Amino acid sequence: MTEKDIIVAENLTKEYNGKTAVNGINFRVRARECFGFLGPNGAGKTTTVNMIYCFSPVTAGRLTVLGLDVREHPREIKSRLGVVPQENNLDPDLRVLQNLLVYASYFRIPAAVARERAMELLAFFDLDDRTQEKVDRLSGGMKRRLTIARALINNPALVILDEPTTGLDPQARHLVWQRLRRLKERGVTLVLTTHYLEEAGQLCDRLVIMDRGEILEEGGPGELLAKHIGREVVEVGGSDTGNRIGANPGQNGPAMASGRDEKATALPARTIEARNEKHQPPSDWETLVLSRVNHLLRGHLMVGDNLFLFPRESGQELLQALQAQPVHFFHLLLRPATLEDVFLKLTGRGLTA
Amino acid sequence: MRRIDISPLVWQVLRRHLIIFGRNWKVNISFNFFEPLLYIAALGMGLGAYVKPMEGLPYLNFLAPGLVASSAMFATSYECTYGTFVRMEFQKTFQAMVATPVSMDDVITAEILYGAFKSTLYGSVILVVILVLGLVSSPWALLVPPVLAVAGLLFAELSMLWTGLVPNIDNFNYFFSLIMTPLFLFSGVFFPLSGLPRLVREAAWLSPLYHLVNLVRSLVLGQINPGLAWEFIWLLALAVAIFPLPLYLMRRLVIK
Ligand SMILES: Nc1ncnc2c1ncn2[C@@H]1O[C@H](COP(=O)(O)OP(=O)(O)OP(=O)(O)O)[C@@H](O)[C@H]1O
Ligand SMILES: [Mg+2]
Repeated sequence: MTEKDIIVAENLTKEYNGKTAVNGINFRVRARECFGFLGPNGAGKTTTVNMIYCFSPVTAGRLTVLGLDVREHPREIKSRLGVVPQENNLDPDLRVLQNLLVYASYFRIPAAVARERAMELLAFFDLDDRTQEKVDRLSGGMKRRLTIARALINNPALVILDEPTTGLDPQARHLVWQRLRRLKERGVTLVLTTHYLEEAGQLCDRLVIMDRGEILEEGGPGELLAKHIGREVVEVGGSDTGNRIGANPGQNGPAMASGRDEKATALPARTIEARNEKHQPPSDWETLVLSRVNHLLRGHLMVGDNLFLFPRESGQELLQALQAQPVHFFHLLLRPATLEDVFLKLTGRGLTA
Repeated sequence: MRRIDISPLVWQVLRRHLIIFGRNWKVNISFNFFEPLLYIAALGMGLGAYVKPMEGLPYLNFLAPGLVASSAMFATSYECTYGTFVRMEFQKTFQAMVATPVSMDDVITAEILYGAFKSTLYGSVILVVILVLGLVSSPWALLVPPVLAVAGLLFAELSMLWTGLVPNIDNFNYFFSLIMTPLFLFSGVFFPLSGLPRLVREAAWLSPLYHLVNLVRSLVLGQINPGLAWEFIWLLALAVAIFPLPLYLMRRLVIK
């Protein structure tokens, strides 16, 4: 183990009453990086971070945090950690400032120091005009910021954030991201879990993709895209020569109207209702399309009624080749690749936020 | 059983409870005043006028010290069932605390100490009330608060056992109707147990409230005898012996 590794997990396993939630995973978090756990509901993200902050006992394997074994030295580890749990657990009986002061006392931080730090943190998170507010009067975004501020009261070397922005609107989310980036610039190591691909892409230097208690893949966001997908994706949906037209009219409804003319970049990252059809043999139109443009592809994936094509070279070239086909597609779209595509490819399922 | 892991951070957790208590202590205390005062008025003064003296005392004088003991018991058992449960389940306060150097054993120990604090305070408040009413006749009454503290530890632990075993807010009323109310009625608060069948009298020895009532009444009336020391030691010994159990049960509930 090099000194740089803030967290080392080897064969880390967690069972709840015999049911495996985390299944022998291995990972290392380096100093000063932002490390992400990305995965759908129930993947085991919270279970993993709960073990890191010495809340859940480890069932098997080895886990060291800041060079200390979680089984042997929980108090020492926790004294140098900041934790933002998935569910806010601010103290509703205490006001905003007092939440930080009382929390500081659990770290044996002298009252004067605690007050100074608390005021700094409240200013950093734009809460300094709310010091005497009752916690349950704060908005969701403010509560989240206060929870993050609380996690920083002991100047932690490592901050663990379990879904820091779930449930926040985009503006509140960006505010939190910005603050987290500034923390990272100050040299704090961040570990975060998320099922927002954008969040992982924006913040993480490295991430692991988790599903059903296992780590499927590990790397930087760009690295993972390059390895599995490429830069762009062409989505192809239905065709009037196909036999499944109309089977699911709602799904491609809006795209149908604009059809071919849809702007390539118009589609925002979105959730895709995918079924386990990855391995289902393509039906007629799909086979046709694949055979016609195969030479332009590095890979493809069936997602529900849509075919995702991963261009070998240029997405534009592939798009033109498809448009030249004598079939009408309900949905034809060139868009940048996202981590969601990586996830879909690895699991055959969507990441549902 | 596993090693118990307690640190001085217990005092910081207890301090948190006291900060919150301190903010609305006036309201809390006045509500707790109310019920014992009703008993004093209705039973002590009202019913008491028709009741023959008990153990040679006017009924009001007999009843009053018993209410000191029962107020203490109720204050603690509410705190360590409803209060503890709300902090644990709805507010997730325990989970927040144990993300700091505080351990789960620290958290529960602080809950127990806070429970004992409530017994001591609420019992003492009623003691002052009956003092003002002229129902305290001996300076031995000064020993009542420490006795309340020890009994309070025991009440806290027993309530926490229920919370740990039946962690469901809908079931706390069973705790009060099946356990607390019988204790309240058959521990010598309202009448001496000497008139009851032998079995009941012997079972009363298991009731912490029975001993507390004996101790408080004897101290308030200045009827000191060596048997009191044994009762005190019995309460203390039980409190010490039971202590690991709520720690174990609550830990099992919170830590998965
Ligand atoms: N306390 C518990 N008792 C039993 N099983 C649990 C417990 N907590 C989690 N699990 C199970 O462990 C698995 C992983 O859950 P976990 O909460 O770690 O997932 P997650 O990746 O954090 O999901 P989410 O995105 O929904 O927060 C799930 O199957 C879940 O049902
Ligand atoms: Mg989770």
